[in-house]
Amino acid sequence: MNEMTQSLQRTQTRMTNWLDFATRHRASLASLVVLVFPLVMPFSALAVNILIYGLYALGFNLVYGYLGLLSFGHAALFGTGAYLCGIAIVHLGLPWYAAIAIGIVAGLLMAAAIGVLAIRTRGIYFAMVTMALSQCVYYLFYQAVDWTGGENGLRGINVRTIDLFGLKLDFINPLTRYYVIAAFVIAAFFVLSRILASPFGAVIEAVRENEVRARASGYNATLTRLITFVLSGGFCGLAGALQALHLSIVPIEILHYDTSGIVVMIALLGGMGTFFGPMIGAATFLLLENLVSVWTVHWQLVVGAIFMMCVLFFPSGIWGTLIARVKP
Amino acid sequence: MAGLSFDLVALQLFAGLALGAIYVLFAIGLSLIFGMLTVVNFAHGAFYMVGAYAGLYVLMLGGNFWLCLFAVPLVVGLFGLLVERFLIRPLYGRGIDYPLLLTFGLSYVMVELVRIAFGKTGYPFDTPEILQGAVNIGVGYFPLYRLFVIGATAAVLLALWLFLEKTSFGLIVRAGARDPQIVRVLGVDVARVWLIVFGIGTAIAGFAGLLAAPLQGVIPEMGATILAEAFVVTVVGGMGSIGGAVLAGLLVGVVVSMTSLIAPEMAKVSIFALMAVVLIVRPQGFFGRAGLLS
Repeated sequence: MNEMTQSLQRTQTRMTNWLDFATRHRASLASLVVLVFPLVMPFSALAVNILIYGLYALGFNLVYGYLGLLSFGHAALFGTGAYLCGIAIVHLGLPWYAAIAIGIVAGLLMAAAIGVLAIRTRGIYFAMVTMALSQCVYYLFYQAVDWTGGENGLRGINVRTIDLFGLKLDFINPLTRYYVIAAFVIAAFFVLSRILASPFGAVIEAVRENEVRARASGYNATLTRLITFVLSGGFCGLAGALQALHLSIVPIEILHYDTSGIVVMIALLGGMGTFFGPMIGAATFLLLENLVSVWTVHWQLVVGAIFMMCVLFFPSGIWGTLIARVKP
Repeated sequence: MAGLSFDLVALQLFAGLALGAIYVLFAIGLSLIFGMLTVVNFAHGAFYMVGAYAGLYVLMLGGNFWLCLFAVPLVVGLFGLLVERFLIRPLYGRGIDYPLLLTFGLSYVMVELVRIAFGKTGYPFDTPEILQGAVNIGVGYFPLYRLFVIGATAAVLLALWLFLEKTSFGLIVRAGARDPQIVRVLGVDVARVWLIVFGIGTAIAGFAGLLAAPLQGVIPEMGATILAEAFVVTVVGGMGSIGGAVLAGLLVGVVVSMTSLIAPEMAKVSIFALMAVVLIVRPQGFFGRAGLLS
């Protein structure tokens, strides 16, 4: 063995150690990035948007990346979280933390309702059924004008101060707002990381890789799918609730099928089935959207074309490609 | 149901069939492409929308509606050929999600291109003069144009049936849907068959868009709505089954128009309720092969 191979091996071991470390502490690392993130962003509203869409994509990625089911109906989960959080504040007069909790529960329940029906199908069928069912949710919220404001959206979600154990935080201050929302996103990182590292997380990936073998090993594939979809609904419901607090209105477009599509683009752009992919995808997508919309009103043309290019030439996404390069 | 007379229900039934005819045309293209290429064409709605705008453009150039009936499927079909050859073909063998995602991105691009060319607001599309007015169909007066839509759909279905069942190329298409490998071994250029099938599918989508234009006007977003509803039709009828698409398309049309008679606010939701019921009872749809689900 000559010197060169030895040094190469040393580098590889170092790399593996580094990767192991990064994987073990992925939630902490992601949290660190989130904490310093507003310092490098042009304006903090964009940073908040990236957090919220990143969280939404995180939930979506659990189903698409880790479970291998392409859902085109995640807007229903995101939107239900937003609407129910808003309704809790506007119509029921509940405090903000209760509203967020309701948003999460709403996301879980909506995911359970859609999941029970859609999980009966597989593959691209699943994409079609989830999309159709989320369109149904769109019409239901659209019709319930008294509760949702119908076409005008739900208005008047005014949360000005956040009470935290006697501490009053000014939610209108952009930086405070960012860190309040970041606290929830960081909590989500840790919960997700815990789920993925648990035995159940291994079953999720086993079902994606080889369903027959997973079944033969005694795991209930259908139930795994359903539970994963419901968990994903919880993350998306939280993202929706934060979006409602952030925007102080819930537009009906949140349930539109474009909102389902955007999250697919974000996940693919960042790298599906990776822990950091959704956040990176959200940052890239929203920065891109911002840049392009300064230059032309037809940003959807550019974004759609870039998405097609990604599908054709860059299917592992930004983080997925990086990981593949670095991995020894 | 005291307020509902028999005539009213019968007329509404016909209205449902006319609406269903559009669903049928839209969904058989989708189903044909899926059955052959196993591609879920998320841009199918965009092709439908392009069909309506192409018709508009022909009229603006001074053509008439009858010219549109031939020009639109031709143009949209040729466009479909280009899309299959240069965008979808590189993705075969890379998993079932990729063509779906690609066509989804493509639909964004197509809608935005149309917005650039024709503006964001919609256009009315005049019903051709000879098809204006209503005729008595026994139970009351019914718009002539809607009858024409039913007739045109029947003609397309007949042509498609003759093509698939009576020509040798149709035989290859049917065989290719069952087992492309064997057909390839027998010396058939399967890639070319897929190309043509995709072209036919998109041509029918464009034709459906043209037929729908006088009924609902022309806007860039018209494809997105019908896409979700057509997914319901395909799921109910069974993926890849043309007969299923016809039956389910008509059924969905009738369900929508009957619900709008009884409870108008529930009309849109009723489609999805129908799908939920079918999924619970028979997840593979009316004529779907169970194997396609996994």
